Amino acid sequence: MTATYITLDYLDLGLAALLLVLNGALSIWLRLGLERQLLIAALRMCVQLGLMGLVLKTLFAVVSPWLTGLAVVVMVAFAGREVMARQETRFRGFWAYGLGTTSVLFAGTLVTVFALATQIQADPWYHPRYAIPLLGMILGNTMTGIAIGLNTLTGRVKRERAAIETMLALGETRAAAFRPFVRSAVRNGLIPIVNAMSAAGVVSLPGMMTGQILSGVEPMEAIKYQILIMFLIAGGTALGVVTAVHAGALRLSDARHRLRLDRLAGN
Amino acid sequence: MLEVRALSRPGLAPVDLDLAAGEALALLGPSGSGKTLLLRAIADLDPNQGRVGLDGEDREDVPAPTWRRRVTYLSTEPGWWAERAGEHFPDAAGAKALLPPLGLPEDMMARPIAELSTGERHRLALARVLVQAPRVLLLDEPTSGLDQETTRMVEAVLRARLADGAAILFSTHDEALAARLGDRCVRVRDGRVETETP
Repeated sequence: MTATYITLDYLDLGLAALLLVLNGALSIWLRLGLERQLLIAALRMCVQLGLMGLVLKTLFAVVSPWLTGLAVVVMVAFAGREVMARQETRFRGFWAYGLGTTSVLFAGTLVTVFALATQIQADPWYHPRYAIPLLGMILGNTMTGIAIGLNTLTGRVKRERAAIETMLALGETRAAAFRPFVRSAVRNGLIPIVNAMSAAGVVSLPGMMTGQILSGVEPMEAIKYQILIMFLIAGGTALGVVTAVHAGALRLSDARHRLRLDRLAGN
Repeated sequence: MLEVRALSRPGLAPVDLDLAAGEALALLGPSGSGKTLLLRAIADLDPNQGRVGLDGEDREDVPAPTWRRRVTYLSTEPGWWAERAGEHFPDAAGAKALLPPLGLPEDMMARPIAELSTGERHRLALARVLVQAPRVLLLDEPTSGLDQETTRMVEAVLRARLADGAAILFSTHDEALAARLGDRCVRVRDGRVETETP
């Protein structure tokens, strides 16, 4: 392996930032009104990534299971918030946040720990240099899948209320009455990862693989890693979406097999 | 046969009702008075309090789907979950015989729901309920949107069920229908079941 890693200095970043200035100039010229948002988004990115760099530097220096665990909790909490923010119709009360977050936590950590314990075999297994990036990639995709899945479920159930209630009134169980909608919600939640796998290597070069190649890793090695990550992401997303959608369907009904749209906000 | 004791839910004051086998009870009252709430509560489709029993058996002792097969609610706006009429029936071929007495052609089972008129859908939904031969029918405005002739046909089908020992609780705005089909009438106003007229 030839380590031909090229470090960047701040001048390089400054030069790249000129492109952003060009963006801003275009926005003013075409009156897009985006220059302020562009500036804020760019500043946010720099600050957030800068902070992340400091956090990772510290985490890697101490290799503490507690600090790594804390980082995991914060990441999951943000992922859960993001799931909630992407819902057109939210559940009432705790469930608005709790349903997505619990599913993200369950699927994301399970798959990450599985990978760390069996395929990566870092020493110690919770080493943040492996745990945090892995979890980050798995969480990001799981979160998207869950957000789409839950959004599809609540939207379809609201729209198909009459059909569900008619089935229930005829003596169907809630599982039978919800089945078509649970199915389409799970399917929608899984489409992005299926598409990502189909397009990988042809249309898109996945970021992690490109990153490894840029840092001097042999392409075949980088690709093996990427394939592993894709499998982990697919597994995590499926697990998360299935959990979240089924929990959502249970929450939208009760033990007496009633449709409970009153548990959605604004109903 | 059907015993309702202190049944209540938000928007409905406690109700007591008794319905004997072969008996039809009409619920009369303006829109929004609580007729639908009462029918849905008996079918246990919304959270509610109180006791409801069928033939001496408590509703809470029976799984909800079983209860609803015996005590079936038919909405004014029934929903559909498949493309064609026949796909909504567990056994479309076996259910065909129910259609002509309701003024529906037998080949309706092959037609898409989207092509049916409101009145046809309404009667098809009734056929879907009758297929399961429930002990108690909870019908929300069973003849709304039907012309005189089809109203008479639906009434005749319901009378035949009464003769077979089913009980019917139905809501209506139509005093004449209440008098024709109902053995008794109760009025519902502001979520209260008021007078009972023999």
